[in-house]
Amino acid sequence: MSPSDLLVIPFEGWVNAFVRGFLVPNFRPFFRAVQVPVNHVLQTFDGFLAWVPMLVITLVFALVAWRVVGRTMAIITVVGFVFIDMIQLWPETMTTLAMILTSVLFCTIIGIPAGILVASSNWAWKIVRPILDIMQTVPSFVYLVPIVMLFGVGMAPGIIATIIFALPPIIRMTNLGIRNVREDLIEASEAFGATWSQTLIEVQLPLAMRTIMAGLNQTLMLAMSMVVIAALIGAGGLGLIVNTGLGRLNVGQATAGGVGIVILAIVLDRITQGLAEPGSGSKTSLLGSFKSLFRSQDIDAAASDKTV
Amino acid sequence: MTAKLKVESVFKLFNDARKEGMALLRKGATKDEIFRTTGVTVGINDVSFEVNEGEIFVIMGLSGSGKSTLVRTLNGLIRPSSGKIFIAGEDVASCDMKRLRAIRRREITMVFQHFALFPHKTVGENVAYGLKVKGVGPAERRKVAIEALAKVGLEAYADSFPGQLSGGMQQRVGLARGLATDPAILLMDEPFGALDPLIRREMQDELIALQKELKKTIIFITHDLNEALLLGNRIAIMKDGAFVQVGTAQDIVSNPADDYVRAFVADIDRSRVFTASDIAQDADHIPLKESVLGALVVMDKAGVDVAHVVDQDGVLAGMVTREALTAVKPNTPVAQVMEPDAPSVASESYINEMYATAQNGVLMAVTDSDGKLVGAVEPTAIFGHLTPDTDTENATDVEDDGREGAGPPSDETETKPADIADAQKGNNL
Repeated sequence: MSPSDLLVIPFEGWVNAFVRGFLVPNFRPFFRAVQVPVNHVLQTFDGFLAWVPMLVITLVFALVAWRVVGRTMAIITVVGFVFIDMIQLWPETMTTLAMILTSVLFCTIIGIPAGILVASSNWAWKIVRPILDIMQTVPSFVYLVPIVMLFGVGMAPGIIATIIFALPPIIRMTNLGIRNVREDLIEASEAFGATWSQTLIEVQLPLAMRTIMAGLNQTLMLAMSMVVIAALIGAGGLGLIVNTGLGRLNVGQATAGGVGIVILAIVLDRITQGLAEPGSGSKTSLLGSFKSLFRSQDIDAAASDKTV
Repeated sequence: MTAKLKVESVFKLFNDARKEGMALLRKGATKDEIFRTTGVTVGINDVSFEVNEGEIFVIMGLSGSGKSTLVRTLNGLIRPSSGKIFIAGEDVASCDMKRLRAIRRREITMVFQHFALFPHKTVGENVAYGLKVKGVGPAERRKVAIEALAKVGLEAYADSFPGQLSGGMQQRVGLARGLATDPAILLMDEPFGALDPLIRREMQDELIALQKELKKTIIFITHDLNEALLLGNRIAIMKDGAFVQVGTAQDIVSNPADDYVRAFVADIDRSRVFTASDIAQDADHIPLKESVLGALVVMDKAGVDVAHVVDQDGVLAGMVTREALTAVKPNTPVAQVMEPDAPSVASESYINEMYATAQNGVLMAVTDSDGKLVGAVEPTAIFGHLTPDTDTENATDVEDDGREGAGPPSDETETKPADIADAQKGNNL
């Protein structure tokens, strides 16, 4: 005797009916249109990274790693990238990098404003929070199916799946960073007659920047793991290498792809962590100048000038 | 004197969406009763006051008395539940955000307890913040910020970050930031509360010096009565969201309105409250041209052995003692006998500034800003003004001399130690 003897809920049938009978026929053009900007950005990044010579990219990454983290990291970057090139996975690695950059860019564009919104309204946070919990706990394979039905297969659907998977941390951390700004600093800003947006740009965002960068780091890492899974629905890059290796039981190929992903992950992780935690780099003054460069991009977008 | 700020029966109740607390409050329920029955917190309970131009108005109360809430209603950081607050003809309690921002940019700024300096901005950028939100250009901002920093002596630190400065310096930056937009009113929310005592004293003196020059209208919040008495032209004592007493330092110390205020006043430093003019007795004048005989007649009439000599304008010239006068011929001019360097104190100096002069043990002359003799103080009389509880005994003691009537008005009822203990217990809650 169990409850299912009394009543069987045709949940599976409902979802099928909803997706196949409602979403797909009615909204397919909409979902197709969503792919356009994603595809566009992806092709730009991919084309650019394929066009720039391997040595130049390695040099740029090594330089950034040296400035943000330290000399050891710069050396690791050079050795790692040279190794990837020597195992003949450089083009695939650049495709993966382009996919990651695209998903992280969209996550930032969506996630930071969403984080600001939920930080300024408890009501919005109450709604968004369970959605983020669901996004983070639902196994990514589950929503690969409807994504294929709605978006088809290929690079862009893979990236959209990655965006959905990697979005929560940056929203959470933006929210956290803004909410953790000391109350009296907000009061001080308001007491001098600042508007909501002036307080946000002058006080809240700069002070939340470290936390937001930590969120960006997590988003990047999640995107990294997801682009591999996204290869199942036709996304290319290192994920594809791993998947074909898996399908053919070619342990060497799968391992080579895996190593490429690990090297890329280490480099990207350390660089973004270095941005989130100032002071860990060996060259503090250079780090400072790089950081101020980085910050002013965000802030100057709305504030005309930063210097007094 | 024009009122710069006018507050009319302001109430603030937290969690009172259904107006239950307000109804109870109007019926006369206490803060505790209202909280117990409805969960509503009474922040401000019917406060009205005016602050005049150039005045330092101190609001003094313990934590939880509502003083921080009150000061935040004045610039609209907290909107009151009811009442009116007039600044520059605008009712801050009810005007829209746009007008409120205009008032904050032009009329009123704030200095915070924990400085509230923006850690990511330099000192100069912090000071210029009010100008930046107003839309003032970078060069002008920088210039005004440096000027404001110069007022507090920190112009050399414009490009440092707040974290590199000590607490006292940080609060000077906070003060400079408050002054940079040249507001009419400056709110100071326990500005020296987070500083150590030595720095606090220094900052208090500096604020007094700065105020002499700037003549701002200042609303100053503190939990320290000594600080309130030192700085305030007028002081309001706040308890449970309401004003218990409003008055000058001397009013509050000599006439506490109730046991609550009395308990506070009991352990304050009176030597920083009363001035020479508060405790001076009438002085006996001997004109400079008088002969020794005439001087002795004046002294006999007054029954004293020491008297001050003044010139034709009433300016203090010196002092004479009976001993010196009897030692010379009766027709000698007083001018030849007197001590030209009579110990004297300025009428506005506080008792604690008179100790050095009092050490001589002789009668001190009290002079006004023109040097005219306005009164005299016996060194021993000072002690009568330093302790509240012995006022009555002291008054009778000096009454025997038939001379001293200028003591502080003594309390009508003698404060029982038990009362004070009770009131202090109340304070701690």
